[in-house]
Amino acid sequence: MIGLLHQILSGLVTGGIYASVALALVMIYQSTHHVNFAQGEMATFSTYIALALIEAGLPYWGAFLATVMISFVMGAVIQIVLMRPMANAPVLSSVGVFIGLLLVFNSITGWIFSYTIKSFPSPFEASRPLLGGFLSPHELGATVVTLAVLVAVYLFFRHTKLGLAMRAAAFNPVSSRLVGIRVGHMLALGWGLAAALGAVAGMMIAPVVFLDPNMMAGILLYAFAGALLGGIDNPAGAVIGGFAVGVIENLGGAYVVGTELKLSLALFTIVAVLVFRPNGLFGRVLVTRV
Amino acid sequence: MNARSRRRPVVLMAAALLFAGPSGVAVAEDMPGVTATSIKIGQTEAYSGNASAYGAIGRTLTALFKSVNEAGGVNGRKIDFISVDDGYIPPRTVEQTRRLVEEEGVSFMFNALGTPTNTAVQKYLNMKKVPQLFVATGADKWGDYQRYPWTIGYQPSYRTEAQVYAKYILKTAKAPKIAILFQNDDFGKDYVLGIKDVLGSQYDTLVVKAVSYESTDPTIDSQIVTLQSSGADTLVIAAIPKMAAQAIRKVYDIGWHPLEFVSDVSVSVGAVIKPAGVEKAVGLITGLYGKDATDPAWANDPGMNEWRAFMKANMPDADLTDANYVYGYGVGLTLLQVLKQCGNDLSRANIMKQATNLKDLEIPTLLPGIKVNTSPTNYHPIRQLQLARWNGKTWERFGEVISGAGS
Repeated sequence: MIGLLHQILSGLVTGGIYASVALALVMIYQSTHHVNFAQGEMATFSTYIALALIEAGLPYWGAFLATVMISFVMGAVIQIVLMRPMANAPVLSSVGVFIGLLLVFNSITGWIFSYTIKSFPSPFEASRPLLGGFLSPHELGATVVTLAVLVAVYLFFRHTKLGLAMRAAAFNPVSSRLVGIRVGHMLALGWGLAAALGAVAGMMIAPVVFLDPNMMAGILLYAFAGALLGGIDNPAGAVIGGFAVGVIENLGGAYVVGTELKLSLALFTIVAVLVFRPNGLFGRVLVTRV
Repeated sequence: MNARSRRRPVVLMAAALLFAGPSGVAVAEDMPGVTATSIKIGQTEAYSGNASAYGAIGRTLTALFKSVNEAGGVNGRKIDFISVDDGYIPPRTVEQTRRLVEEEGVSFMFNALGTPTNTAVQKYLNMKKVPQLFVATGADKWGDYQRYPWTIGYQPSYRTEAQVYAKYILKTAKAPKIAILFQNDDFGKDYVLGIKDVLGSQYDTLVVKAVSYESTDPTIDSQIVTLQSSGADTLVIAAIPKMAAQAIRKVYDIGWHPLEFVSDVSVSVGAVIKPAGVEKAVGLITGLYGKDATDPAWANDPGMNEWRAFMKANMPDADLTDANYVYGYGVGLTLLQVLKQCGNDLSRANIMKQATNLKDLEIPTLLPGIKVNTSPTNYHPIRQLQLARWNGKTWERFGEVISGAGS
């Protein structure tokens, strides 16, 4: 019984990791209606920038803020340079660019920062593990950060004019343009914000799984599952989905399918959701007038 | 078949040898990748991917052969070492190995990294009769000289290592409850087999839980929780550095204090112990065959001084606590001995013959008493280990050098 409780707790902790990445995926989907496969690698790259800044002597939160800003600029620049020329291209072309970006970022990260595993500092480190060691202060802190980011994203999209304009630009670029929204600016902003969220996720994850250029490879897949489970257009849904996938994965791996099929379980979740509830558990059904 | 017809090919071969003589053309045909001034050697290495911590080995070898070349090479030949990245992904290993053999025309493959990766090219290399020398993996199967005469391992096999751990466990505890965390491939499963070898029919009662992980899993926290709930008091971690570091930290964080063993592939202080936390790894036991750079016992050791001088001259920026640099240097020296023994006959057959004829070779970075020995029926060059315990600062060796079965 204690074991079950511990599995759930540890699943929530892992789920927090998935949730933070899922949130970045939702961000880019909300603002561009694309799912960026390079999201994970961009976040890893940002995390290395943070490590470099910390090693250069910046205090943790200084490096944190600087990294978020650098990542924002990086995301916006990628949109302007790479994605803008693709504005009218078919979806498949964008997917090609995303996969290309994934490979480019992965290789550049390894080339600049080396592939050796590195530990990444946490701002929440305390000597005493909480709840008998099944939750570390960092894991608790990271979860709080994820939830705070979620609230911020929610408020931004729901209650600011800019958020509304961004959603409109993604939903219907032509009409948005007609009512005076600068669609290009909105898309660049969306990319920038998604990259910034990714950077936050990366910095929260790295102390747990250690930093290496492939840190996000496995995580992104689970994050996709989480985002789809909760609804890719719903920040809160994606976060709940991320946590759920973490717990499902742990319980499934420990008691049902065995550890060999944990990853398959995540893939099965994706397929099952797409078949039975294409918009996710909390997603809205999209109706488009033709 | 009568005796005469069987002898004929031999006579023909002898005649061919007589007529071919030492002419340049024949040499080039018999010795692929070899010229009068150089020998081409190939390696696939995980410079990227989940096992990328081992990339340090490839970098060390590149630096070592460069310094050997600057000193004139081996028997007057320079080593043209082509080390390429396969990302620890078997299909890429196949692609890169074929490129090295067929396009670059390397003489042989040396110290390619990884169990799944080497497995993917073993049949191909043996079919082509290209030596697959001293592979950087401890899977037991590299010693299978009957099926794969062109493949030879290097370090003690994982199975041997696990046998040594199991023997120690049985010696120290009356009724141990053993838990095993293993990577779900040949590498991890060798540990399970090695423990089975020693426990025999007791395996099912003494091993209370064995769980696997995939090398793509983001975390292994869940597995550690499962193992702890099994009530085990002994834990064997058969994992690559990233997962081993996570496991060591998690075991400590949840307040579990088992008798803890970690696979010899994850003993690097720089790549495993430091990320996990030096104080969290205290008490951890492993089997060593090489000298650890952080062990004060080797502060003035001539062998390690030789390595330090090499590192200072050729890789001044490297983290000297990373055991992979010591490993790379040692296996590189082993190959140099093979090349020296080959003399001017660098045919693939002779390279294989010399690689399987190493007698009590002493490598400066191996522990005292541990020697490299091979023979045509022994493809396990290193078969001895000494147990060591992490004391918060270094690996402290204890007990005798233990010889494994080497199967």
